[in-house]
Amino acid sequence: MAAARQTACVEIGGIPIALSTNDESFLDLLRRRYDGFLSSSLPEFELEFDLTRGGVVSDNDIQVRREGGVWLIERGDFHARWDPRTGRGSVRQNANPYSLDSVLRILHSLILAERGGFLLHSASAICDGRAYLFSGVSGAGKTTMTRLAPADVTLLTDEISYVRPSADGYSAFGTPFAGELARAGENCAAPVCALFFLEKGAENRIDELTSTEAVRRLMRNILFFAEDQALVEKLLATACDFVANVPIRRLTFYPDARVWDEVHNFARNFSRNFQGVPQHA
Amino acid sequence: MPEDCIYIARSSAIAARALAGEMMVMNSANSTFFTLNEVATAIFQAADGHTPLREIVRNQICEQFDVDPEQAQADAEQFVAELAAHGILLVSNQPLAAETTR
Repeated sequence: MAAARQTACVEIGGIPIALSTNDESFLDLLRRRYDGFLSSSLPEFELEFDLTRGGVVSDNDIQVRREGGVWLIERGDFHARWDPRTGRGSVRQNANPYSLDSVLRILHSLILAERGGFLLHSASAICDGRAYLFSGVSGAGKTTMTRLAPADVTLLTDEISYVRPSADGYSAFGTPFAGELARAGENCAAPVCALFFLEKGAENRIDELTSTEAVRRLMRNILFFAEDQALVEKLLATACDFVANVPIRRLTFYPDARVWDEVHNFARNFSRNFQGVPQHA
Repeated sequence: MPEDCIYIARSSAIAARALAGEMMVMNSANSTFFTLNEVATAIFQAADGHTPLREIVRNQICEQFDVDPEQAQADAEQFVAELAAHGILLVSNQPLAAETTR
């Protein structure tokens, strides 16, 4: 007789998802990996996991498409189906935690796209009650920025930022998706004060970006895999709205702790000079 | 294909938004992203499937921008070929239904 299914509810970005499995060791893996994001909230969505053997982890062959209202999410190491109308889905994958992370990230990217939010390839952190996002290609300095952060800064992630619209603009949430830092973010949120696109240089400086350049960079760094015209349309609209409501700058920085003084100064000056900046959490 | 017979239409597999005088276009099939300048935006917006490219260039581009007609036509044809290669525009020597489905 098959073992009874057990469930762990994982709440990232304020969206609780019940993950169920009949494999005791996989459940342990789930609980350890998402410790800090486990929740007793009523789940909005449910995913049933069935474990398989084999499958090669690769970022190059992800397919996300909608068939008859059901999302099919496939990669060499997993095959998932998710019906947004019922909120239920199933996943066949091996017990690899990276496969698990990928399935959750893709699912959240679909949910967020419908709700006017997005996952961004960026580090993020809360300072003085406001969230700052630091985006860029691999090697641009996302993990470096988090390592250089003063002690009073709360790390949300060094790899994948979670952004949702909120009453005062957009909010960034902590995620368990870690990069080189190999440390999950804190499970908390704050209004987004600014998004910086990182470039390493000989000195610290902040430069304006045109709105089209900001949208172009933003779209390039949003995690989105679905081949779906309606959702892409929505995502582009979200990116334009985000650019219209959140200051976006290029941050060239020399990798030492003084870069955070630059961030603080920007926040202070911006708050002093402009109305409508997001309020403290 | 004779130049006068080029018809262009926007693909339905794209998302597009105008911002600060430029058009941002994304292909939903492969997530490629383009920013079009003012001239390219004018051609893109006029790509209704039944107005010949030469007429678009004459009425939209030469009227609005101070450009040599022959040079404008050559640039437009190159631009159209590039966007067609990326699945943004559909090109035919027959009139097309606007925003043809893939």
